[in-house]
Amino acid sequence: MPKAKLAVSLFILSEANFFLLLIIAYVFYHSYPGAGPTAATALNPLRTGLFSILLFASSATMIMAAAGYRARAHRATLWWLLATVMLGALFLCGQALEYAGLYQRGIAVNRNLFATTFFTLTGFHGLHVFIGLVAIAIVAGLAATRRLVGSEREADAFEAVGIYWHFVDAVWVVIFSIVYLWAIL
Amino acid sequence: MSGLAVRVRAGEPSEAAAHRGLLAWVASVDHKQIGIMYMLSVLLFFALGGVEALLIRIQLAVPNNHLLDPDTFNQIFTMHGTTMIFLVVMPMLAGMSIYAIPLMIGARDVAFPRLNAMSFWLQLFGGILLYFSFFAGGAPNAGWFSYAPLSEPAYSFSNGLTYWVLALTCLGISSIAGAINMIVTIITLRVPGQTIRRLPLFVWMTLVNSFLILMALPVLNGALMLLLVDRLLNAHVFTPAFGGSALLWQHYFWGFGHPEVYIMILPAFGMISEVIPVFSGKPIYGYGFVAASTVAIAFLSFTVWAHHMFAVGMGHVYDLFFVFTSMAIAVPTGVKIFNWTVTLYHGRIRFTTSMMFALSFIVMFTIGGLTGVSFAVIPIDWQLTDTYYLVAHFHYVLFGGTALAIFAGLYYWFPKISGRMLDERIGRWHFWLTVSGLNLTFFLMHPLGMMGMPRRVYTYPDLPGWAILNMLSTIGAFVLLASVLVFLWNIYRSLTAGAIAGDNPWDAWTLEWATSSPPPPENFALVPPVNGRRPLWDLKYPDRADERVEAALEG
Repeated sequence: MPKAKLAVSLFILSEANFFLLLIIAYVFYHSYPGAGPTAATALNPLRTGLFSILLFASSATMIMAAAGYRARAHRATLWWLLATVMLGALFLCGQALEYAGLYQRGIAVNRNLFATTFFTLTGFHGLHVFIGLVAIAIVAGLAATRRLVGSEREADAFEAVGIYWHFVDAVWVVIFSIVYLWAIL
Repeated sequence: MSGLAVRVRAGEPSEAAAHRGLLAWVASVDHKQIGIMYMLSVLLFFALGGVEALLIRIQLAVPNNHLLDPDTFNQIFTMHGTTMIFLVVMPMLAGMSIYAIPLMIGARDVAFPRLNAMSFWLQLFGGILLYFSFFAGGAPNAGWFSYAPLSEPAYSFSNGLTYWVLALTCLGISSIAGAINMIVTIITLRVPGQTIRRLPLFVWMTLVNSFLILMALPVLNGALMLLLVDRLLNAHVFTPAFGGSALLWQHYFWGFGHPEVYIMILPAFGMISEVIPVFSGKPIYGYGFVAASTVAIAFLSFTVWAHHMFAVGMGHVYDLFFVFTSMAIAVPTGVKIFNWTVTLYHGRIRFTTSMMFALSFIVMFTIGGLTGVSFAVIPIDWQLTDTYYLVAHFHYVLFGGTALAIFAGLYYWFPKISGRMLDERIGRWHFWLTVSGLNLTFFLMHPLGMMGMPRRVYTYPDLPGWAILNMLSTIGAFVLLASVLVFLWNIYRSLTAGAIAGDNPWDAWTLEWATSSPPPPENFALVPPVNGRRPLWDLKYPDRADERVEAALEG
């Protein structure tokens, strides 16, 4: 069994539990956020939804990059990896815009329990997106400098990065549903 | 063995061989060196945690004692608990696994040697970070489970709790990385022939345990992050005065905390399951049961957390659910006691120091297990929770259980690690001092708790019977100090003048005993064939090999 793929699968099992805890905290305080903003009054599900589509699309481009890698089409691999980094970075920009907008309206992390659990949950997700981008950027850097050699170990690492990225994406499906879709129900 | 042997599956090549002296250790990615460094770091923190324990016992030796002020006492017992759990038991078990498991599965190293080094250094850093709090305004002071809102800045003014959160986060990441490494190592690097049904039980238990770490530690890390947001960013997730929930912290903490109890005992079960069969001259009775009951414990351990919270008043239905699961988890644990006991039956028992620790483990751990079950009975829990009866209970589990198993494992594997035998005569002294000290210190806490003495009080009035029991308990703690000093003397003496061990001093049968003591950097030149659970036995007694015996029994 490939070592890196197995290791990263175990890692996301543990990460899933970490996010589960933060999601429980968000859901727990959803009904009792205290005075102040709530998901329904503070968030803009449409705009975040549009940025979310970029993140979901980045999973597709990562799959294309992996297909290119398997076919040893190194140029195509490089372009798909760069597209993934670009889409992920745009998603983070969207999150930064959202945070800035909330902050301007006086909604900071300690405003009330909605704000605390919202920023903690989405903030940790953003951190994971960022870490994923670093990993993908490293692979893209190897591809750009023609240092991908196609060894078994390298293929294992490549796929491991992909699994992690899809996980980050899948977590966002859950967070987006619970935080944003629940807000407009 | 040359004709029969098979090649080792290569791990990553060792990079440290190029360095000398201290750098050979600091820069090492070799699992044996990292395992030893884990154990040495434990020695340091065990000394600190031990001094804290003695301070607690000195303070409580006589009634109305004001040697330590209340706040210092709070810091001392918080640091004692946190140290013993996160900086002694967990890294000790991790270190022993990291040292022994690649050898037991015939591998050259763990799957990710550099990740392994990261785990160790992050562990050490976490420990130093925790103790640095003493120089940064005061140590954490809310107990090892840091109940909210006591752990919130409004009630705990110093930075101690913040250091506690950051240190435990480092330790949690280190443990998760270590668990991933162990699972991948055990799944991908076993020598051909060593199927999952032929794994030594210590390896089995470490595998299951690693999954427990993987699932439980992120629960703690998630809770810690929320507490950190509370403490540093003025949020109120766990402060009821501002709409937060202190109970949520309890659910989170014990959602981690109860699996944690099993994280600290499963590898100990594994060591006992290696030591008892070897010194009984028999394979373990009911191998499948021992392995399967471990898996059952792992699953059940995630369903029992709120038995720590009966006094909260969760409601009858919730209480009953946790009564049921807590009683149920005693069954797979009890099964193992029977397995070990029956393994002794008709065995040719060798009373080595290692075996004596293992036998005393069975008795002491059973006491701790039974008092544990008594806490699953709600009226008893309501009466005795947060008394010294509880302190007695978990010290029988962690000292009478885990620590005795670690001593059994150390006497068993020390010859492999160092190449020299630990002295058996000094070992007897160590054993008897430990067992008598342990019982003197902790057994008397059962009646003390029943008489109503609460835990975590810095002093107590001169109530009838309390003074003498506390004084005896304190004397017991000093007997334990003597036992530890004897043990350290034994290690020192054996390292300098101990008998040379040879490859397989115990006539044991798992693969680590097939290589030299201490093993060479690459562990094995060649690994003997594995056709059963006891490869070295099969090799030594081909006419009585396990395969043949089983075939004869079935035929």
